[in-house]
Amino acid sequence: MTSIDAVVIGCSAGGLQALKQILPTLCPTRAVPVLVACHTASDDLRGLCDLLSAVSAWPVREAREREIAAPGVIQMAPSGYHLLVERSGELSLSIDPRVSFARPSIDVLFESAAIAYGTRLVGVVMTGANHDGAQGLARVRHGGGIGVIQDPDEAEVDVMPRAALAQAGADQVLPLVRIGPFVSRLIDQRSEP
Amino acid sequence: MSDDTGALQAAALERFIDAAKRRHGLDLSGYARASLQRRVQQMAERDGHADIDALSAAVEAGATQVDHLISSLSVPVTEMFRNPSVFSALREMVLPMLASWPHITIWQAGCATGEEVYSLAILLHEAGLYDRCQIFATDFNEAALAKAQDGIFPARDARMWSQNYQRAGGQASLGDYYHAAYDHIRLDARLKANIHFAHHNLVTDGVFCEAQLVLCRNVLIYFNRELQHQVLQRFRDSLVRGGYLCLGNRESIHTAPAARDLVAVDADARIYRLASS
Repeated sequence: MTSIDAVVIGCSAGGLQALKQILPTLCPTRAVPVLVACHTASDDLRGLCDLLSAVSAWPVREAREREIAAPGVIQMAPSGYHLLVERSGELSLSIDPRVSFARPSIDVLFESAAIAYGTRLVGVVMTGANHDGAQGLARVRHGGGIGVIQDPDEAEVDVMPRAALAQAGADQVLPLVRIGPFVSRLIDQRSEP
Repeated sequence: MSDDTGALQAAALERFIDAAKRRHGLDLSGYARASLQRRVQQMAERDGHADIDALSAAVEAGATQVDHLISSLSVPVTEMFRNPSVFSALREMVLPMLASWPHITIWQAGCATGEEVYSLAILLHEAGLYDRCQIFATDFNEAALAKAQDGIFPARDARMWSQNYQRAGGQASLGDYYHAAYDHIRLDARLKANIHFAHHNLVTDGVFCEAQLVLCRNVLIYFNRELQHQVLQRFRDSLVRGGYLCLGNRESIHTAPAARDLVAVDADARIYRLASS
């Protein structure tokens, strides 16, 4: 079974609270890169990254273009830019048009990650008020990656997880408290020889 | 379950890049792949092709015009006074220094549809420097250049642009610089007097002019590191001693050899100055 080499996470309305809940329990023994597209209104991510770093198992930083997707680091898409990952593991930014009214767009991040990592990827779609992420998660699963969706019944805003479920389906539908442990276990199980 | 889907898509993109090069001499090899992949995929869909390979076959067969290829792949997204704090930094830190030169040459590389170069023209006008300036605004997308030359934009954008202008420390009202007609705004002819729009491809063309200020925002993010370094070197070679370079808010120069000669004037605004010795 192939290893899991990256995690991508997408969230929108209510996303900050959701991240605060899942990042402390996202702590597998083997470090992998975690890339996040969260629609925030803030121009400056520094405060948000500091806030999340304080509660997360791994440091949270704003993603910079041409940097390598670093294992054991949570890298967030900057406000106003799409975040993409190359097959080389390098991160790219773009200011291409908004997708589902969003930039950064979850679809854009997930689609690039699906091409870069294929079966070695986990994609997580959480709370949000639009349909961003549904197509991206479909691409992740089509490429053989694992799709996880926050249980819509407990999501602060259920539109996004429901849209993802309808379009992409999921390997697991989980409440927030179980997402971190599930993804961590998956990474560690798959990394065993 | 295989890991092949991504590899197949990436391989199709490489075949497209080869076809564009062979058929049209259009060199996309230095573009970052992830964003190019998405743009080529969207072009294939818009043009009614089943996939990227079908688009590549059409390119090989000579069924696409190079201008169509370029305008489909370089999607201009810009606005007036985008990132207002950058424009206030230019106003406060760069323009007073430019004032010490009798003639000022400015190069905006990758001007797309022109919103940014007109913003700059307004800044220069308000600083009393416009008449001493010649501004070259270049792009490789002819369709975008033609729009830039017209200086006509949808009125629906003007409200947000006015807010940007105010936040950038605008001294008047943005409405003073355009005439609204129907659902469009037409920028004042006086803003155009010293702007020269010209075709220039950053990938293949050399130094364009000797300039006191080079602006190139959110273009380098689409290039791989090697091409970024090459283009930054070209900008460095275009600058007079003490000249300024302004890049996009999330672009960085730190790994580029040219960075040795460039000193950050305002790191947040990505404004650098060519060291004078």
